Amino acid sequence: MEGLEVRGLSKNFGGLIVSENINFDLQPGDRKALIGPNGAGKSTFANLVTGILTPSSGTIRFDGQSIEGLGEAQRVKLGIAKTFQVTTLFVKMTVRENLRLPVLERMGVGLRMFRRADGNAGVEAEVDALLAQFDLTELADLPVSDLAYGQQRLVELALTLALKPRVLILDEPAAGVPSSETHLITDAIANLPENLAVLIIEHDMDLVFKVAQSIVVLVQGRILTEGTPSQIAANAQVRELYLGGGHD
Amino acid sequence: MKSYIGPIGLILLGIMLFFLFPYNLAFATRIIIMVVFVLSLDLILGYAGIATLGQGAMYGAGAYVAGLFAIHIWADPFAGLIAGATAGAALALVSGFVLMRTTGLTLIMLTIAVASICHEIANRARDITGGADGLRGIRMDPILGLYEFDFIGIAGYWYAFGVAAIVFAFLMILVRSPFGLALRGIHESPERMAAIGAPVYWRRLMAYVLGGTIAGIAGALTAQISQLVSLETFAFALSAEAMIMVILGGMGRLYGAVIGTVVFMWVHHTAAANDPFNWLFVIGALVLAVVFFLPSGLISMPTSLSRLLKGGSNGRS
Amino acid sequence: MGLLLNIIVDGLAYGMILFMIAVGLSVTMGLMRVVNLAHGGFAMIGGALAHVFGPQMGLGFLPTLILAIAGTIAIAMPLERILYRRIYGFGELQQVLATIGLTFLMIATVNWWLGSTLLAVEMPEVLNQTVDLGFRTLPAHRIAVILLGLAVIAGLWVLLDRTRFGLRLRAAVDNRAIASAHGINTDRIYMIAFGLGAGLAALGGIMGAELLPIDAYYPLRYMVLFLIVVAVGGLGSILGSFLAAIGLGILETATRYLVPEWSTIVFFVLVITLLAIRPRGIMGKA
Repeated sequence: MEGLEVRGLSKNFGGLIVSENINFDLQPGDRKALIGPNGAGKSTFANLVTGILTPSSGTIRFDGQSIEGLGEAQRVKLGIAKTFQVTTLFVKMTVRENLRLPVLERMGVGLRMFRRADGNAGVEAEVDALLAQFDLTELADLPVSDLAYGQQRLVELALTLALKPRVLILDEPAAGVPSSETHLITDAIANLPENLAVLIIEHDMDLVFKVAQSIVVLVQGRILTEGTPSQIAANAQVRELYLGGGHD
Repeated sequence: MKSYIGPIGLILLGIMLFFLFPYNLAFATRIIIMVVFVLSLDLILGYAGIATLGQGAMYGAGAYVAGLFAIHIWADPFAGLIAGATAGAALALVSGFVLMRTTGLTLIMLTIAVASICHEIANRARDITGGADGLRGIRMDPILGLYEFDFIGIAGYWYAFGVAAIVFAFLMILVRSPFGLALRGIHESPERMAAIGAPVYWRRLMAYVLGGTIAGIAGALTAQISQLVSLETFAFALSAEAMIMVILGGMGRLYGAVIGTVVFMWVHHTAAANDPFNWLFVIGALVLAVVFFLPSGLISMPTSLSRLLKGGSNGRS
Repeated sequence: MGLLLNIIVDGLAYGMILFMIAVGLSVTMGLMRVVNLAHGGFAMIGGALAHVFGPQMGLGFLPTLILAIAGTIAIAMPLERILYRRIYGFGELQQVLATIGLTFLMIATVNWWLGSTLLAVEMPEVLNQTVDLGFRTLPAHRIAVILLGLAVIAGLWVLLDRTRFGLRLRAAVDNRAIASAHGINTDRIYMIAFGLGAGLAALGGIMGAELLPIDAYYPLRYMVLFLIVVAVGGLGSILGSFLAAIGLGILETATRYLVPEWSTIVFFVLVITLLAIRPRGIMGKA
């Protein structure tokens, strides 16, 4: 069975239950959003799927293979990748270098010691393509710290795509991005490869409704409900719980 | 053309040192050997970001093994270099298995602990290492069978310089490679490196082993040229001074390691000649000055100065 | 049996000394997140001042002790204000470097002022005797140190648990930003905590002068030891430093008695093993 299959996933820290009995599927081509109040356990779920956290119980299967025992780096090699909620880039390096590293790693040449890092034509071509795709070409040789926050989020997205993942988890891609720059994120997400399985964790409901085919609502570590955007928008429980207060 | 200025500058520096100390080549040679040692630290600390105050362990291991190798097995200089390099690498590998799982204060503590253990072992194994009296009687065969290690130290100096040049060239290639880029990545953000599928632990271990190998080479040089290995090679003071040298010069720049070493040893030589304790005042003040005024090291002085002259914050790039 | 008792008594006394000296370091590193390699210098300064007031100027033990500790605090608090405060935001390595530089200056100053030989610190006569417990006689000094150490940890517990200052200090350790937002003057807390730690180090240095002799190179020679206590105990944890200090004190004493040839090696191997298993220390936040 292709894609991500999560069954009965639970996580507790001592007595504190942060995820409880989560069942979740993500197929190639899906555009799912995970929403819920603060502290619902959305980022925890993402960390469990990518291997940053180990589950207390439950199974995670990818393409039919169980992956709970695999570490983060191994899951990346299988094709599961995530962007971070707080931008995590190599801020002292240039944009180009930030994109070069994941490509080098993916191609398995990260250990090479005797060639130049920028000397591989294939790698450089991929980097150039990504820069063009995200409209970052002009900024390519600037240190990431010089970029506006919205642009940094784009670099993070580009960096993650450089891994050619099959499952992409976006952890609050628009968080902290000024409203003037949000369209950059929305457009970039809309242009993601079609057969990529995408899960977006977000508070920004505009973005969610623009991009998601289906929405999963997480409350206190448990899935409350799942449905199409219109179903969720109409759901009284969800409205009361979450949408009532207006947009972030 | 620009990229040749550096290497040419280094060669000129080597020639200059040779002529500056015609009657004290031992000192000039010590500088060269320290440069190699500090370069190993720059790789580990400056590039990979592994905080260590125990690099002397690999240096000492290389020195003792190379010395013992020359005395008991074969006194060829290059064979001795390989012996020393292997010793440094082996110690780094064994200790690194445990150490690379840790960071921060714990890591620093463990590196000091390893060096202290080596110090104690060398102290206790008196029959082999000479204990507190040091390992003596190291007589080297001529280099390549041709150049004898003469009393004045000319052969020794150029031998050390040659080795240092090769090590520097190797490191220059390494830091520009994918591996070098990955090390910088690990230094900046281990989380991000793990998130792009890089096995952070194994890369750090490899960097640590490479650094240990180079430190072992530096130790071998010291054994071969000064013909004596003392417990001081394992002393905390040496590792601490090496860290000061690399931070003084500027970390993660390779040239910074060279500059820092030369400046530090020259100041040491001058100040300590008067009074060993005056030296501590000078170095204490120097270190504090660097931390507050030149955090990126001496190598950043031209940039800092020009920024200063352009009018402070206006000069921000 | 007699040997075991000797090890325990000597080890406990040694551990109490280590605790008194290292607890300030643990608090500083946990609270201000500063790697302070110069902390041993305060123990040395305490010992040096005690040498001046006692053997040199001939004052009695109690005045010497009080003046030496007060003098150390009087030096430490301005140092916090002038130097340490500036390096709180610096990277770890910069802090290591700055405090190494400070250590060198401390060593050079003491050497310039008092020379490079051992500085004698006199204990009161009553402590130089032995105490007869019926089944054994024990050195009074060791017993006094153990009782003093217990008094210190009890006092610290009272301070932290029962006073407003302690409450604020714990708040500041937990989360500086929030503490500050609640109106707690974190600057002053830091300075007082720093001074307190330095004063305790001075006390430990003076009382422990028999075990850790005072001379100009004291901070460098024993720095590793204090850092090990803090690392094993867990940064910021007073109880952790206490347990670590006692444990390491007894361990070091035991190895010295039982395997004198290899004591240092065994000691370090055990420390490495411990830190490899629990990198954050006994009471460190996992």
